[in-house]
Order: sequence, then C-alpha cells, then structure tokens
Amino acid sequence: MRYDAVLAETVGIQGADNDEIEAYAARPMDGGSRGGVLVIHHMPGYDRESKEIVRRFAVRGYNAICVNLYSREAPGAEPDDAAAAARANGGVPDARFVGDAAGAVRWLRALPTSNGKVGTIGYCSGGRQAFLTALELDIQGAVDCYGAFVVGTPPEGFPWRVQPLADRIAELRAPVLGLFGNEDSNPSPDQVDELEKLLQTHGKEYEFHRYDDAGHAFFAVDRPAYRVAAAIDGWQRVEAFFATHLSGKA
Amino acid sequence: MCTYSTEKIDVAASSGKGPDGWFPLRTATVYYDHPVHAPDAHTVNIDFLNPDRGPGARVAVELSLDSARALLEALQVTVDRAKHH
Repeated sequence: MRYDAVLAETVGIQGADNDEIEAYAARPMDGGSRGGVLVIHHMPGYDRESKEIVRRFAVRGYNAICVNLYSREAPGAEPDDAAAAARANGGVPDARFVGDAAGAVRWLRALPTSNGKVGTIGYCSGGRQAFLTALELDIQGAVDCYGAFVVGTPPEGFPWRVQPLADRIAELRAPVLGLFGNEDSNPSPDQVDELEKLLQTHGKEYEFHRYDDAGHAFFAVDRPAYRVAAAIDGWQRVEAFFATHLSGKA
Repeated sequence: MCTYSTEKIDVAASSGKGPDGWFPLRTATVYYDHPVHAPDAHTVNIDFLNPDRGPGARVAVELSLDSARALLEALQVTVDRAKHH
C-alpha cells in the first residue's frame, strides 16, 4: 500500500521589502528529494480553488506554495473582498510581486526535501506573473495559463499597473509552457502568435498548446468557463513539463 | 480578472450597508469581468468601497448584462426625476 499523505498549512514567508506575508503550502509527507512549485493565484485572489491546486501538486509529489499576493492590501480578508481591494488599487505592482515570488522560491529551496529545482505556474493575471518570474528569477520552468499582457499594450486609461514584457523576451531564463484558449481575448490568439514568434526569434525553449472550444479560465472547475477536455489535456501537459524540468538534482 | 478593464469613481455623501452595518462610501469600481457568484462567464460588477475601513467595507453586486442595462435605465430615469424635486 502506497502511503499517500500531504501536509497542507498556512505559512508566513518573507516577501518583498522583507515583509512577512501569508502563503499556503502543501508538502508530501513521505520524505525523499523533490522539486518545488510556486502556484500564482488568479486575479480573483488567494481562494479555495488556488489552495486546491497547491494540494494537487503535493499529491503529485511536489512541494508547493501559493503566496497571498493581496496580503498587504487585505490581510485576513475574504478572497473576493481582497481581490476587489486590489483591483481598486490598480493591481499588484510587478516589483512587489517579484519580491514576493523570490521569497516563495527561497522558502521552497530551504525545505529539507528540496532537490533545488523550482517551477512556477500561474493562471489569468498569474500567467503573466509566471512568465515574469522566469525573466527575473533563477527557476527551472514556468507555466503560463492564459496570462494577458505578456505581449500587447494595455488600452489607454487602463488602470492596471502592468507593462508588457515583449521587449524582455531575450532575458527569459527558463523554459515556458503556455496553455491558451482559442476563444480568449486576453490574451487573444493573435497575441499568442506574437509571443510565440518572439520566443522563436530569441531561440527560447517553449511549448504552447491552444484549445478550441475554450476561452479564458478553462481550468477553473467552479466557473462556467471550465472546459473539461482542455483542462484534462492541460493538466497532463503541466505534469509532463514539471516531470521533465523539476526532477533529479539541480 | 480577465478583461482587466475597470472604471473607478469617487463616491461622496453616500452610504452602503455591508456585513457590519452601514458605512460611508468613498469609491466605486465598475467592471465587466468574471463574477465570483453569478451564474455567467462575465457580468457587470460594481464594488462600493471604503478603503479606510478595510477590504470588508464593501457592497458588491454582479449583474447580468440585461440587468445592468435595466439598472442603467432606472438610474437615468431616477436621476432625471430628481431634478424636479
């Protein structure tokens, strides 16, 4: 009988500016040496579904963590209230996100079971942030699930504090897996094409999968956007990608 | 979430009722995006907020597009009528 157990709990980690911020971590309890996964929550926040994804990675054999990126705006708040506060505030500044992600990556690597390898996966706004992590930090792979504004310019008067990353593709430090819905408009199929061309131009390692009959948030099991075929195939791609890039020794 | 577009207005001399009772409103954000609760892919969402009182000081609605249009019309009629009082 295989011992199947994970420890899932709230932890405090040191984020940007050495602030202590809230995170949710899940780890397999059978010892060994394993990779780590930083899960970046979608714009609706550090919610029940994001925590389920963290536990899913632990069940698949990874140490996993999701940082509450709205810790500062809304400590202890309900996820929807926190997301509303963050939206009214113009979202999460990139520099602060990178500091928080760096703290989470340090936390994963400091675990006694860490093999030193860390990957990241993000959904929605977190997809762009996963890509940003691969530009800024030493990680071994990034999964961008329908992140908008990796390429493309936010419209005029746009309140969100994001800059496109198109002019920084040359700085990419890790392979990227991109999963997109062909019915999405943020990012649109044209923007996915543009990103793919940039990755090719700069000779970066990447793998894109695009799904028909799927739009934004097709992984979200509790929303009408959920598309079972795309989500099942997408999860298989994610697991294969992390198995390739996070196994063994760093 | 995913359209990202957000209109933000100042709200003065107005109040809302949240989980802890009435409170003065300061801002409102209006956006067309994925709802938390309403049964549709996108809705017109309005958050009436008072950031000074924390993220819980919030009155939130998620309206279907038809409901939002009906609200818009009702607001227009009501605001026009108010001119005559």
